[in-house]
Amino acid sequence: MKILDITGAILTLIGSIFIFLGALGVLRMPDVYNRIQTGTKASTLGTMLTLTGIGMIHPGWFGKIAILIIFIAITNPVSSHVLARAAHFINIPLTSKTVVDKLRESKIEEMENALKLEEEQKNDF
Amino acid sequence: MKSFKNFIVQFFILFIIWILINNSFDTELLITGFVFSIVASSIFCFKCDVFSDIKLTPKALIYTILYIFVFIIELIKSNFDVAYRVVSPSLPINPGIVAVKTKLKSKMGRMILTNSITLTPGTLTVDIIEDTLYIHWIDVKTVKIEEATKDIVSHFEKYLEVIYG
Amino acid sequence: MVNTILYIALGFIIISILMTLTRFVTGKTSVDRVIAFDIMTISSIGIIVIISHFTIRLIYLDVAIVYGLLSFLGVVIVAKFIERGL
Repeated sequence: MKILDITGAILTLIGSIFIFLGALGVLRMPDVYNRIQTGTKASTLGTMLTLTGIGMIHPGWFGKIAILIIFIAITNPVSSHVLARAAHFINIPLTSKTVVDKLRESKIEEMENALKLEEEQKNDF
Repeated sequence: MKSFKNFIVQFFILFIIWILINNSFDTELLITGFVFSIVASSIFCFKCDVFSDIKLTPKALIYTILYIFVFIIELIKSNFDVAYRVVSPSLPINPGIVAVKTKLKSKMGRMILTNSITLTPGTLTVDIIEDTLYIHWIDVKTVKIEEATKDIVSHFEKYLEVIYG
Repeated sequence: MVNTILYIALGFIIISILMTLTRFVTGKTSVDRVIAFDIMTISSIGIIVIISHFTIRLIYLDVAIVYGLLSFLGVVIVAKFIERGL
């Protein structure tokens, strides 16, 4: 019983350290996408570990803690994906260290194709 | 038949959530949950096709459990990797958005694949156009589509192909 | 022993919320602010659960569930607003 308590407390501590690292990443990273990478994901694992630790200390609370863990694991990636998509949609620039941006290339290609199609239709008339 | 399978899956999900939230096995609670799960799933899952891609076979069940283990191992491994990147003073990042292809056809399978990619730190799904996923990668090792697909997607896809087809 | 470790964990989470608050104030774009908000709410779920351990009240877990649900809805709605307006 005592060992389970201490294991739970240590898991909670590890989780809170992960949350701390996520917050550090949000402060240090140079652009929006890297902030989403380090921030939301590290804090997801951190919160899940914290919840597991408290669940070990109070085994009777298993149900609600399990619901919270599943809920966080499902909703958190959705919200970070939606934020990244919105950021790319309104053309927030990537950092200068960026190597490649295939999505921008494909969007430009699509626009050029649409323009070509329009001109061909004009020539037909 | 198809909508009946949807109904059954939806009913079991609601019923299990009800039991977990109430945290007890009293007869009255079980009956109330049973009735409300049937009513809610027959209202909301009358014509839905969200769960119709799931295969309810023993092989799929085994692969689901294997998938959860593979996913947890990947999650912890990549979390330590990103933690190292955040802490080290020179900030060793090499970011970029790469394109990868997916072989999965079903909506549910694609949703679980993209959610798994997003939840493992280091990769983040930005957009999906037809069968191409655009992924923000914190440490770009290659820009070629085939190699990036092999690096990011394939170890999740191997299991999801069996579960969702 | 257990309580001491949990107090240290609580301190770490509070410091990290203060750090994200700095990003919330200084962030250059609106998406930065939404990210900071998201991380603050997710970390607050951890705080609520640790407090429910100290006071031994199960009802705080319900509060945490509803809190997480509302934060998810808020983030998705703000992202939709940024993308194409309401």
